[in-house]
Amino acid sequence: MTQKKLIFALAGNANVGKSVIFNYLTGLHQHIGNWPGKTVERAEGTLSFKGYTIDIVDLPGIYSLSTYSLEELVSRKYIAVERPDLVINVVDASVLERNLFFTLQLMELETPMIVALNQMDIAKRKGIEIDTEKLEQLLGVPVVQTVATKGIGISQLLEMAIKVIEKGQTTRREVRYGEEVEERIAKITETLQGVQFYYPRRYVAIKLLEGDEEIAREIAKLAPQVVNTAKELAGEIENLHGHACSTVITSERYEAAGRVARQAQKLVPPLKPTAEERLHNLTTHRIAGYLIMVSSLLLIFFAIFTFGNYTSDLLSNLLNRLEPLSTNLFGTGIVGSLVWGGVAEGLIAGVTVALPYIIPFYIVLYFLEDSGYLSRIAFLMDNVMHKIGLHGKAFIPMMLGYGCNVPACLGCRIMETQRERTLAAFVTTLVPCAARTVIILGLVGHFLGIQWALALYVFDLLVIFALGRLAFRVMPGEPTALIMEMADYRMPQPKTVLKETWFRLAEFIKIAFPLIIVGSLVIKAADVFGLLNPVANLLSPVTVAWLGLPVITGITLIFGVLRKELSVILLAALLAPVGLQALTPVQMVVFTLVAMFYIPCVATISALVREFGGKKALFITLFEIAFAIILGGVALRVLTLVT
Amino acid sequence: MSSKSLEDYLKAIYILSRNGKSTSTTEIAEHFKIAPASVTEMLQKLANKGYVRYSPYRGAHLTRKGFQVAEKVTRKHRLLERFLHDILRIREDRVHSEACEMEHALSDEAEESLCRFLKHPDRCPDDDKIIPACDLPFSTCEECVELHKKDLEESGKRELIPVSIDQLKKGERGKVSFIRGEHKVLQRLSDMGLTPGTEVTVVKSAPFHGPLEILVRGSRLALGRGMTEIIFVEAEKE
Repeated sequence: MTQKKLIFALAGNANVGKSVIFNYLTGLHQHIGNWPGKTVERAEGTLSFKGYTIDIVDLPGIYSLSTYSLEELVSRKYIAVERPDLVINVVDASVLERNLFFTLQLMELETPMIVALNQMDIAKRKGIEIDTEKLEQLLGVPVVQTVATKGIGISQLLEMAIKVIEKGQTTRREVRYGEEVEERIAKITETLQGVQFYYPRRYVAIKLLEGDEEIAREIAKLAPQVVNTAKELAGEIENLHGHACSTVITSERYEAAGRVARQAQKLVPPLKPTAEERLHNLTTHRIAGYLIMVSSLLLIFFAIFTFGNYTSDLLSNLLNRLEPLSTNLFGTGIVGSLVWGGVAEGLIAGVTVALPYIIPFYIVLYFLEDSGYLSRIAFLMDNVMHKIGLHGKAFIPMMLGYGCNVPACLGCRIMETQRERTLAAFVTTLVPCAARTVIILGLVGHFLGIQWALALYVFDLLVIFALGRLAFRVMPGEPTALIMEMADYRMPQPKTVLKETWFRLAEFIKIAFPLIIVGSLVIKAADVFGLLNPVANLLSPVTVAWLGLPVITGITLIFGVLRKELSVILLAALLAPVGLQALTPVQMVVFTLVAMFYIPCVATISALVREFGGKKALFITLFEIAFAIILGGVALRVLTLVT
Repeated sequence: MSSKSLEDYLKAIYILSRNGKSTSTTEIAEHFKIAPASVTEMLQKLANKGYVRYSPYRGAHLTRKGFQVAEKVTRKHRLLERFLHDILRIREDRVHSEACEMEHALSDEAEESLCRFLKHPDRCPDDDKIIPACDLPFSTCEECVELHKKDLEESGKRELIPVSIDQLKKGERGKVSFIRGEHKVLQRLSDMGLTPGTEVTVVKSAPFHGPLEILVRGSRLALGRGMTEIIFVEAEKE
């Protein structure tokens, strides 16, 4: 018997344990990519169950199916256009009303669906009891209780899903709006007769009344008169209620969700605040909250850099032992040095620099995210980030930037609008990543003392602040303020954390490694064919005349585009036999400043291109080069004057 | 005391106190550039009339009654500033003091017309402060424009002037009255459960004018200041 294929979509709010269910269902058979042409993540996995091969598509966590964010639009279109066989709506039992608001919207899309009533354990602790049968009856949709973190209810969920597929679903009970709204929905639905469109007619009618831009645009192409009629009818509703029509409809939908929630749940709030609540109060406290945040961040950075340093040394010692092997195979001629000095050393750099820092960084990041702490940090930092025109969430990619700019740029997706994503990405490329930290500590920290290195960090923060503010002023568009849910704290799931880490890492390797290796090869080739010195000479008006550095720093700066961390080692080698001491303290500071700012490395540029397109990536790159050079020259003159 | 100085005092306390904190006598004295002793005397008078609550060491804060007067006169002031600045093109440094004189004479009816004439601005010109909402029963300004031909008297006035949610103190509750903003933001906030009539509780605010933590429909939301300024609520009676 050939296996029958099915497609299920997982949909629900953020922080409801959707990805935990996804992981339970699909195990390791997943892949994560992007929705075609969109910078929205698409996670997909497969499983076999009762003779079916089931594809599970994990939709982004969203609160509504309007068009506020790209995520909402993508999810809505997916369900309507690609028509999965079934939608599994994951619902957080501890915030039932708001979750049901989303459920009711999904029901309006008229695809078969079931509800996974998840986080029953958290609900219980908050004193919420839910009558599943009653809920099922009120919604007309099967409901299965689950505690995904413990794997409870997952197989029942699948069984129910198959049952719905095999028997069909007919009992769904959609929201009935007030008479005055229903009347107008009916009118619009009538005028839509004969219009072929991928959304259900009733849904289109409701969305037109709500003034949904996307749907109005699409319908205007097919039947422009309908859009106008809808606008008039919406105006009538506005006059009746004294509120915008979309607000009226949303209100009524919430009213319906509230009604269902009240009938299905019993609320006995616990007398004492729960442990989660106390932790929340402590971590968002106006004093304790900041102390906890600063100390935990410092601890994390310290731990990661100590671990990273140690592992990095270990790995590079290990890998460099392979050199004789390469020499034996390829000799020491041009081919040999290209293979070892180009390809292999590029690979080693990738492995030894990126991985020891990035893996623990990701693990900690997803641990914090899964627990819910990141949203508290965003809450505390919102005010500071506002000074550069961003809201609190932008602090998270910035933090990531200290590890590596590549994931930080990708992490800017958590911002809602394209403007804010770009702004956040620009700011994060100015954050000194682990590789730049190597330069700062290796050169300035080592020779001039740690206080100078720290001063550079502080200076960097000032620059971020100043340039961020400038970019915020210059960039067109309105800033958006923070709207963020702070879900209850919960125990992070190691499985989810590790899986996220693994997928991010794979993404990083895919983006960065080819570039690091090719870049390394190009530079080695230039070296082998004696092109480095001419290029360095070509750069001497900038490096020597303006920046007051030795000619050979031109080589290291070119090299730094690819692998910033190696530029210090290379510089030491080029300055032999004296070594880095050949530089004056001022030269050290100038060199470090330039290296800190002058360009995001090639992997970051490629991440920028991927996320924001070539034009913006080029602009950011050129701007930062110009800025670093100007800054370096000014620093030279100021410092010479002072010392 | 004259109604002018009454309004000026209430306005000053309104402007100087943020997040429902008390305003100190010294602050008010500095604001008017007069001696603290005369401020104290005035505050006592205002307290007797029920406009402020006042204690000598902690300063003054507005009662609901005082707040309404202050909000109203601030609204008139900022609307007038817009008018003087945008339409009459009065020199920027004169706008504020002119408006200070005119605000006391402007009738409520003229204020409403001015608001419509200026196409319901939401910020004043000199320091970009938000203009308080009017006391008319509309959820959007467009509606006001649309309906002003009809008899305004017929539709009545709001009992309470809605205040932006950041005016609520820690632990205070209120009902969402309306949200002033563009369609997308409006949609987003109502999607998160902030629909008219919904009860919200302010839990706390992050320091230094940071975001507000609120409870709405069983979930905990963080709202940046740009959001809290546009959400207007009717505070529950004390």
